[in-house]
Amino acid sequence: MKDPALVVAGMIVLSAGTFAFRFCGPMLRQRVTFPPRAERLLEAAAVVLLAALVATTALTEGHGFAGLARPAGVLVGGVLAWRKAPFLVVVLAAAATTAVLRLLGVR
Amino acid sequence: MGSIYRTLAAGARRDIALACLAVWFIGLSYGAIAVASGFPLWFPAAQSVLVLAGASEFLFIGIVAAGGNPLAAAAAGLLVNARHVPYGLALPDVTGPGRGWRRLLGSHLMNDESVVFALAQEDLPRKRAAYWACGLGVLLCWPAGAVLGALIGSVIGNTGAFGLDAMFPAVILALIMPALRDRVTRRAALAGAAIALAAAPFLPAGLPVLLALAALLTVRAHSPRSPSAS
Repeated sequence: MKDPALVVAGMIVLSAGTFAFRFCGPMLRQRVTFPPRAERLLEAAAVVLLAALVATTALTEGHGFAGLARPAGVLVGGVLAWRKAPFLVVVLAAAATTAVLRLLGVR
Repeated sequence: MGSIYRTLAAGARRDIALACLAVWFIGLSYGAIAVASGFPLWFPAAQSVLVLAGASEFLFIGIVAAGGNPLAAAAAGLLVNARHVPYGLALPDVTGPGRGWRRLLGSHLMNDESVVFALAQEDLPRKRAAYWACGLGVLLCWPAGAVLGALIGSVIGNTGAFGLDAMFPAVILALIMPALRDRVTRRAALAGAAIALAAAPFLPAGLPVLLALAALLTVRAHSPRSPSAS
């Protein structure tokens, strides 16, 4: 680790800024009453963000394609979740599918 | 703590425990990678408690290890974590009840997992209980995984072989599935995912996910009164 003081400063900036992000949403939510329609839109916003997070973490690595094994595992998990399989089954099936594909040499 | 435990159904408690276990596994690889990249043990330990947001920590370590400026790495991490603002707006008052340190700790516990478990519960007491249970579980498991990973470092080797990288997206996908049964929400989520994927090759990490919010325009256009999923 080069220049530890600067690295620690970076970590503190990241911590403080992340905390500010976490703090300001609930703060606003406490002070302002949103109409029901806006509340629904805000809840949809969280689902859209999480769906985008699923897509990018399943399919990409850095700026490139993550390979087939990982998205295939997530897809198996998604189909099981859609068919209302238990959470445990969904998550373990996703990891197992990816692991088996890699064992078989699929990247 | 006891009231959190009692408020949640056994199924929800078990699911939260599993998600925390997945976080612990990812923490192992995070600690191992940090030490392998030349960081001392205390660094991932401190960062995992203070930042408590996996993706941005991986990014920070990666940029600094590659010789990047730590402040630029912090900026990149903040971009990844900006999604916590809309998360906080989306949830009813889950960081409460209470003021002072409880409110501060409640805010710090906000992460993808605690938010998604809160969204999946039906009423405010259960949302709150799920949020706190998962948040505290992650606060425990993420640093514990990071420290153990940093200690046993090279023993772990290739975590990809166990398919652990498929677990995080599968956890989130399983938990947003009930919301996706609503047609309008599903269309917005799919559009958002497409926007993020199209942007991912070109934009810095974090920005594609934020851009996905543009998909909310489809909600406005299509549904003056949408039947809610919950």
